[in-house]
Amino acid sequence: MIVARGLGKRYGDRRVFRDLDVEVEDGGFLLVTGPNGSGKTTLLRILARLALPSAGELVLPARETIGYLGHDPLVYRELTPLENLTLFGRLYRVPERGERIGMLLERFGLWEVRHERVSTFSRGMQQRLGLCRVLLHDPGLLVLDEPTNALDADGLELLESVLDERRTLVVATHDPERVEARATRRLAFA
Amino acid sequence: MRYVRDTAALARKDLLLELRAKETLPSMLLFVVAALTIFHFALPRGTDSVAARGLLWSALIFTALLGLTRAFVAEREQGMFDALVLAPCDRSAIWLGKAIAVLAFLVAAEVVALPAFAAFFTGLDGRTVAAVALADLGIASVGTLFGAMAVAGRARELLLPLLFLPMAVPIVVGGVGGYLWFLALYDVLFALLSWAAFEYVVAEG
Amino acid sequence: MKLPALTTVLFAAAVALIFFYAPTDGDQGFSQRIFYFHVPIALTSYVCFGWGAWKALRYLRTRDERADLESYVAVHQGTVFGALTLITGSIWARASWGVWWSWGEDQLVLFLVLFLFYCAYFMLRYSVEAGPARANMSAVYALFGVVLIPVSFLAIRLSRNFIHPVVFTSHGPQMTHSQFLTFCVALAAMVSLFATLYHVELAGKRIDAHLRELRELLT
Repeated sequence: MIVARGLGKRYGDRRVFRDLDVEVEDGGFLLVTGPNGSGKTTLLRILARLALPSAGELVLPARETIGYLGHDPLVYRELTPLENLTLFGRLYRVPERGERIGMLLERFGLWEVRHERVSTFSRGMQQRLGLCRVLLHDPGLLVLDEPTNALDADGLELLESVLDERRTLVVATHDPERVEARATRRLAFA
Repeated sequence: MRYVRDTAALARKDLLLELRAKETLPSMLLFVVAALTIFHFALPRGTDSVAARGLLWSALIFTALLGLTRAFVAEREQGMFDALVLAPCDRSAIWLGKAIAVLAFLVAAEVVALPAFAAFFTGLDGRTVAAVALADLGIASVGTLFGAMAVAGRARELLLPLLFLPMAVPIVVGGVGGYLWFLALYDVLFALLSWAAFEYVVAEG
Repeated sequence: MKLPALTTVLFAAAVALIFFYAPTDGDQGFSQRIFYFHVPIALTSYVCFGWGAWKALRYLRTRDERADLESYVAVHQGTVFGALTLITGSIWARASWGVWWSWGEDQLVLFLVLFLFYCAYFMLRYSVEAGPARANMSAVYALFGVVLIPVSFLAIRLSRNFIHPVVFTSHGPQMTHSQFLTFCVALAAMVSLFATLYHVELAGKRIDAHLRELRELLT
């Protein structure tokens, strides 16, 4: 599903990484490790189609089949979970939007607060909503950047259930113990 | 059509965000009335109505800037450009939705500003109101595009006026002189350009 | 290289013509000669901005960083020539009519607006980190600039109707042959100067980039 050869990225003079080969098969799980600032986030953004590589070849699935969760949960704080998910549901043309949103909110324990603004939530709840957003359009490829960071205990369990679903996964974390077992490939940044 | 629906969803989001960001509209209203008050003291007695009109346009441009600076704050602070760019919708729909919301709050500010102007200075004629309406389209178009550019950089509040004010010169000329055809020309040219160029401003690829 | 040589020749020719060949103006006397610098510099600015916009378009199409660099250098040169336009215009106004600035000079006012616009280009570039985002935004802004030129010019023309500036110049009847020849040579000299400076600055920046690349490969 993902094939990258000789991937490089730089911003002007600042080189982030160079000569990277990455391959992830359908249904595979790529675990990306490394300290902060080593280039993990940049690589994930490229794999999520948010950034273009400066060099190398890259084969990725189509934009609408990718889901990305970055350091921020990427939800509007002044909107409610329902409003957020309705917006993204519309933009992603999710079929049976209402039902799917309801199901996700329920699964991630946010149904009761669906009419409250995200700014009132804890960081863990916001991250859970981020997971809802990411799963809303049922992407074939999930790109998660440090997903364990902001989650509380419940959230971590839910995350693990997500990771067990049938999907191609790229997960960056500097705390790999939790997810290591599932990885089919590994990439370590220096 | 898909594009229309995407734009509608985005415009709805932008309008909601603005309504809930309670500071924006009241600040703009206060600002415009305060500016007009200062202008009253800045005008010597016997100044003709053209000069007064000029000050109306100054007040409008600076009030618009105030509002535009806030336009992309949510996207910037919460990284929402990423979320929007990930979606399969056309990037220009993001511009259009935001421009519609910007237009709405410009009009809302002018609903207060214009009567205030009429009360403080000379009366308003239909031509000026039409000019303001046309100018709003240009300000919303260009302001939305430049607003997205400005938030990408470091000194955002400083950058937007620098980018926007030279573009505002023709608007002020068209407004003060009442050249409606010129304002319409400006609108068409720069709205098209903004619409076409937005995808380059908001996404890397 | 041939270009600097050509520029030198043209410049020498232009200066010679301006000071020894062109007829002295009846109204303004000797100081009118600055016109032969001022207007060609202004026209060269337009060429710079136009070239910059063209390269900007190329960048947006090809995403080739070289086009971004070329666009930047052209806009940079254009701003320098623009500043010179303002300065020579101001000197001309002072020498001819005793004022440092005249709102009646459409060209001068236009350049003020453009100068402000293109200075903001550099503020934009300065405030965004280098990379595709900065290149994209610079290109879009450069394109806006080139559309702004005629729109602003029209606006300034229209503004005369309600601003009533004091107009000094009468760019009167057609130039005489000798004036026209001098003007053309001066224009050619200025454009040639732009081309030379453009290549020089571009070469310098490219060498910088190569050096940095090499340094990087070595680490």
